[in-house]
Amino acid sequence: MAGFLQQVINGLSLGSIYALIALGYTMVYGIIQLINFAHGDILMVGAYIGFFAVVYLKLNIWWAFIIAMAGASLLGVIIERVAYKPLRNAPRLAALITAIGMSLLLENGGLMVLGTDIRSYPGGIITNKQLPLSVLGMQLTATTLQLLILAVTVVMMVVLQYIVHYTRTGKAMRAVSHDPDAARLMGINVDNTISVTFALGSAFAAVAGILLGLYYNTIQPLMGIMPGLKAFVAAVIGGIGLIPGAMLGGFALGVFETMVSGYWSSKMRDPIVFILLILILLLKPAGLLGKNNTEKV
Amino acid sequence: MGRLKRIALVILVLLLAAALITGCGQSKSGGEKQGTAAGSNEINIGVNYELSGDVATYGTNTKNAIMLAFEEINSKGGVLGGKKINPIVLDNGSKKEESMSVAAKLVTENKVVALLGPATTGNTLAAVPVATDNKVPLLTTSATNPDVTVDPQTKKVRDYIFRICFTDPPQAIVGAEFAAKDLGARKAAILYDNTNDYSKGLYQVFKAEFTKRGGQVVAEESFNQGDQDFRPALTRFKNAGADLIYVPAYYEQVGKIISQARELGLTVPMLGADGWDSPKLAEFAGGAANLKNTYFTNHYSASDPNPKVQAFVKAYKEKYGSEPDAFAALGYDAAYLLYDAINRAGKADPQAIRQALADTKSFEGVTGKLSFDANHNPVKEIAIIALVDGKQTLKAKIKPQE
Repeated sequence: MAGFLQQVINGLSLGSIYALIALGYTMVYGIIQLINFAHGDILMVGAYIGFFAVVYLKLNIWWAFIIAMAGASLLGVIIERVAYKPLRNAPRLAALITAIGMSLLLENGGLMVLGTDIRSYPGGIITNKQLPLSVLGMQLTATTLQLLILAVTVVMMVVLQYIVHYTRTGKAMRAVSHDPDAARLMGINVDNTISVTFALGSAFAAVAGILLGLYYNTIQPLMGIMPGLKAFVAAVIGGIGLIPGAMLGGFALGVFETMVSGYWSSKMRDPIVFILLILILLLKPAGLLGKNNTEKV
Repeated sequence: MGRLKRIALVILVLLLAAALITGCGQSKSGGEKQGTAAGSNEINIGVNYELSGDVATYGTNTKNAIMLAFEEINSKGGVLGGKKINPIVLDNGSKKEESMSVAAKLVTENKVVALLGPATTGNTLAAVPVATDNKVPLLTTSATNPDVTVDPQTKKVRDYIFRICFTDPPQAIVGAEFAAKDLGARKAAILYDNTNDYSKGLYQVFKAEFTKRGGQVVAEESFNQGDQDFRPALTRFKNAGADLIYVPAYYEQVGKIISQARELGLTVPMLGADGWDSPKLAEFAGGAANLKNTYFTNHYSASDPNPKVQAFVKAYKEKYGSEPDAFAALGYDAAYLLYDAINRAGKADPQAIRQALADTKSFEGVTGKLSFDANHNPVKEIAIIALVDGKQTLKAKIKPQE
């Protein structure tokens, strides 16, 4: 039982990172129905901006988060303006392929500029103490980092829910996602609203990137690929386009993955996750929290 | 349309120019020293190493130590009563094709009497046919795969191929012995890389040997190269009550595994193999404190108090400004073993040198005292390194008992 709970703790920390990344996927999909495959690579860029802020500008980790969020937001907006906006009225497949191209560009460009070196955040940048937990007399361990990851994710989701439901920008986002043409007629600046969505999603990715770098101790130019794909799966599981769905999907996937490798085999982890994706798409394509409604044309 | 055509033309011209430039760059692959005809007073030795490309650090460190050894030998009067050794260094660019053509060039144009290198198994296997067909002995420094010296098809030993590093099975055997005897481990857990033959081979031998010594493997798990999260497997190891974790893998993953294990409160000893040997290990493991109670098997230790080792470490540091790693130590030994073999052969003749190499008994090198077995593999002690405060420290030297 203690072992099981320990695996739950491991799974929740991993799951919160997935959830953070999945939020970005879901927001962009919700507003322009685009699966932004470059999202995982924006995460990588965010992790590097944080790394350079800590190592070369000698800033503390909180400033690193802020600078990385700002940098990644800017990158997200530029990508949207340069690569996706001109294709907004093109068939959806064109934008999807461009997104894949953008992802490959960031990965290979990253390899070219940053090299294949694996780097790690300097030790002591964050106090990572073991916290012995005693649950019903069972001894478990969590670390301050694991708790931080969980807390950051929950706080960011609350902030996001607030922005979406209680601010003018959020109202505009919901309007654009519902019907961009009608929104434009109502005087909403659709382009700016889409840019804000990309900026927010990319900022979340940057936070996830730094947390991943701290959690795994290393960063490298291809670090975004797998977490990006997994977060996409998480978003689909929860119901892509839905913010609570992304959270639920992220946590569920993290715990599920950890259980597969903890009680079965690490080799089975990735195959099972992608089998799960296929099953969800076959059985409940709208995801766990989604409603099955046919798309309007 | 006209504009598009013009743009296409410009791009085409640019591409052609680029192809020409890179083509020229490639054809210019010369050596550091052009081979001079073997005068009666010089003996040409071929040095075929990875000086650029993927594993350039392996080749460069080995070559540096080889050059150091030959300089020492020449300054002390050379070989065969006064002849100078003339090493001819060529870069194989960490590529198999290059490695083969470099070996061919050394044998046919430079008339070398023996070949040193390459460093990796794949590149060495590419040079093997050249050495065998031309009947020139080839001594590799760090190719650990058994197929290098023994043809896997015919199971026959390759007459002209030798190696100075140990193969993988002995280091797993020594690791198991150290775990069972010195660390007193009874319940081992093993975490290995399923996508890597080196890691898989060590896992199999370790498991068999540890079980033979009365131990029990209570949990085992494999991962794929590129995996980042080892917490689920490590949590399972903890619950299985493992008192030792064997991790035969490369330093990048080992670092993560160590940091995640320590984070989960697993303080049991962790043991690995020569893939751990890297100055970056402490960084990836999240600091030197996490390396407490970790050990690995290696070819040698720069902290070995043996005066022979210390003299080598000092000379290498003076010349190149850094501490010699295991690749350098193996290169240094290979150069001296070749010198020793030429002296024992009594003449600079490839076949006589081959025979002398095959007859090697109790050669004293910095990586230990070695004799060749029937498969041209060295039988020698293996060093166990403990990481104390992040620094490599010699813990024990064990001779594998097969």
